[in-house]
Amino acid sequence: MSAVDQTEVAQRLPSGIERGAIDCDIHPALSSTKELRPFLDEHWQEMLAVRNIDGLDLTSFPPKADLFSRPDWRPKQGKPGSEIGAVKADVLDHFDLKFAIANCLYGAQAAYNEYIGEVLCRAINDWLSKEWLDKDKRLRASIVVSLANPEAAAEEIERVAADRRFVQVLVLAMGEALLGRKQFWPIYRVAERLNLPIGIHAGSTYRHAHSQAGFHSHLVEDYVVQSQGFTAQVLSLIAEGVFAKFPGLRVVLIESGVTWMPALMWRATKNWRGARIEIPWVRQAPAAIMREHFRLTLQPFDAPPDPADFERLMEHFGTDEMFLFSTDYPHWHFDGDDVLPAGMPASLVRKILVDNPLKTYPRLVEAS
Amino acid sequence: MERHVIAKTSEIPPGTRKLVEVKGRQIVLINTDGEYFALLNRCPHQGGSLFHGDLIGLTESTEPGCYKYSRRGEMLRCAWHGWEFDIRTGQSWCDRRTRVRTYRTAVEDGAALEKGPYVAERFNVTVEDEYVLIEV
Amino acid sequence: MSVIEEAKAAQPAKTRLKVIDCDIHPALRSASALAPYLAKQWQEHLRDFGIRARDPLNGRAYPPITPALSRQDSWPESGGPPGSDLNFMRKQHLDAVGVEYGVLQPLNPSGREERNPDFGAAVCRAMNEWQVAEWTSQETRLKASICVPAEDAEASVEEIALQAKRRDFVQIFMNPRLREPIGLRRYWPIYEAAVEYDLPIGLHVGGNTGIPTTASGWPSTYGENHFDQSTGLQVGIANMILEGVFVKFPKLKVVVVEGGLAWVSGLCAHLDYYWSRLRQEVPHLNMSPSEYMKQNIWFTTQPMDEPENRLDIVDVFESVGWDRLLFSSDYPHWDGDDPNFAFPATLPKAKLHAILCENARNVYRFETR
Repeated sequence: MSAVDQTEVAQRLPSGIERGAIDCDIHPALSSTKELRPFLDEHWQEMLAVRNIDGLDLTSFPPKADLFSRPDWRPKQGKPGSEIGAVKADVLDHFDLKFAIANCLYGAQAAYNEYIGEVLCRAINDWLSKEWLDKDKRLRASIVVSLANPEAAAEEIERVAADRRFVQVLVLAMGEALLGRKQFWPIYRVAERLNLPIGIHAGSTYRHAHSQAGFHSHLVEDYVVQSQGFTAQVLSLIAEGVFAKFPGLRVVLIESGVTWMPALMWRATKNWRGARIEIPWVRQAPAAIMREHFRLTLQPFDAPPDPADFERLMEHFGTDEMFLFSTDYPHWHFDGDDVLPAGMPASLVRKILVDNPLKTYPRLVEAS
Repeated sequence: MERHVIAKTSEIPPGTRKLVEVKGRQIVLINTDGEYFALLNRCPHQGGSLFHGDLIGLTESTEPGCYKYSRRGEMLRCAWHGWEFDIRTGQSWCDRRTRVRTYRTAVEDGAALEKGPYVAERFNVTVEDEYVLIEV
Repeated sequence: MSVIEEAKAAQPAKTRLKVIDCDIHPALRSASALAPYLAKQWQEHLRDFGIRARDPLNGRAYPPITPALSRQDSWPESGGPPGSDLNFMRKQHLDAVGVEYGVLQPLNPSGREERNPDFGAAVCRAMNEWQVAEWTSQETRLKASICVPAEDAEASVEEIALQAKRRDFVQIFMNPRLREPIGLRRYWPIYEAAVEYDLPIGLHVGGNTGIPTTASGWPSTYGENHFDQSTGLQVGIANMILEGVFVKFPKLKVVVVEGGLAWVSGLCAHLDYYWSRLRQEVPHLNMSPSEYMKQNIWFTTQPMDEPENRLDIVDVFESVGWDRLLFSSDYPHWDGDDPNFAFPATLPKAKLHAILCENARNVYRFETR
């Protein structure tokens, strides 16, 4: 990477950073369920073929849409993100990363049958380990689980977390029940004990419509209403007392956008002052809980590209600790290398690229 | 600070409250089980009425689903947005920096005090009933 | 009446604020108080079956933190629930606050949510007649909203055509939550009628549709559900924009009621961000979503957002647009705003005046309609 001009420091990744940036959201892709075959037992290998269990791409992320496949990151054949050589060149080497956290969005966790969900998630975790983590020391990964059986999910987390290259538990933003519910607490119990954040990634399992409006017509609206979906999850985790019960738990909101959150902080705190009697285990203002327990990945940075707006947004957030650098590769959120928002001061670059991710993912510190 | 007679104790039995005016200020006088408390009738949030709010106990919790109840009748909820105020200190439960103006109350024998109309400017002695007076 | 209200009412008129309140909730004294406005067949139906919505309970399945969702001091001495007594409303609110015009938004019963379609249409008609008979004809400061059975676009258009002639009515009352996204074409006849009769749509939070109030199902607490009212508005107007309602009806005015304000600029940014990347999917949009927001949509101010740094609210006002803000109290609800206290004291008088009355005058055109 070329030497960096001082005036461009906020737009390009400074190559002089000591330890390299940490990309908290990249997407390795399964070309097909067949790739999971080696990680399945005989019965499931057979079922895959006999029942033609395949094509489990989430409709939330149509692989051919430009938004999910930046043209210069699109391979000549196959899905973007499916080939490790390309991932190394396009992102690990290109951005001079110290680490990148792989979030696999293959939709096994959306399967209605709990056993298919569990078995395929298990296979995905093993595939990530062998086909990705083993092949590049910079890669880390999130443990994929199905929420259909939270006890089984907790066991899977325990199993996979023995490999310390797994740094997070991954769930989708729109599921069958709100994530604060007690039924999911076995997952938070084990995640807290193992010091793994819960990563909530944009996307829907279609157990309900994308919003309380119902099923809208356009894909673009799927994306727009993700922020309301994330809002409901944040409120649920707080209101149900997940952080009262698991004070060490951290949650990372991945690919959520950022502009929706300050309004939530203010309004949730305002409501709490009057409605505290309903949730007396919430003993701090919700805004304070959000600052302490929640983090957001940088992309998509959906604020207007005006430096003054960036500054104001940071002031409204009231902290610079919440943001974690991400490219969201191979989704198309920025052109060229313009991954950092306009107006981000140089003083914040290292914090967002390195310090905040290291604090959020303690397992990364072990390796560095 | 002056002390003002504001009511007879017999007017405010335990568990009741009265709205009074002293020196142009509206004050809520509360009798909780024989103890008197007086608060300015103006929520520091947006000026709502405290006089009309519920007097409730304090519910605390460290465990979701567990409700630990104490201090019956000592938290006054603003009639508007429901903020809880500790009647002993005037402090908002949620936001410790926010306080309602409180007034010290004392129950005294009527002999030391001026008789009605409840906004006393000076002391006269009567020995008929127990009076409640406040410092303003 | 509280002594504060007495003190306010005693102020000489010229020192009081002049206010147009874009969200006041009148209430029936009881369910049976609607009967005189219903045909006999429906009176009997009301008596025997009541209102049936997509709701498990007759009472509230999310019990609110105050009875009737209302301020504790708003129960009229005459009996009846908050908002049911015009004289009490005059004393406690209209006179005390200095309301020049107040826009009524009747929430219950909702003919729109009623599952029996013919009864629902009858209830809407009855609510409209009730508003005129017991409110606007008795108090010229009050204006009414046309209740429509929105799931039946044809019946809604009929009701609008009937009521729009009366100057009592200044808008059409809808919720952002209907059985399908409100921007879908099945609801467009209502928007067409709104434009034809030059009436804004008052899009008031709420709507019981049986669709869970979040994308991950039903929340557990009243607090979450209360917040979801606001997100319901957000997704509703996002849908109206993206489905092309404002392309088809560029003159349609929508007033977003009781949603709060701080989310508006974030939603605009978010909408524009994704639209710019998926434009080919929605070629019917001629301009960016945020431009439609600025062209067609106004926002009432209650519940006032409370940023930690109080003056950040000025950023919020600026981001929504000084001419898009319409004061509302939400009287008699618990989370209402008093115009004397809800705004920072440092707000320039001209801007405050616009928010408190001039913007609403431009949108509703009370005298010139």
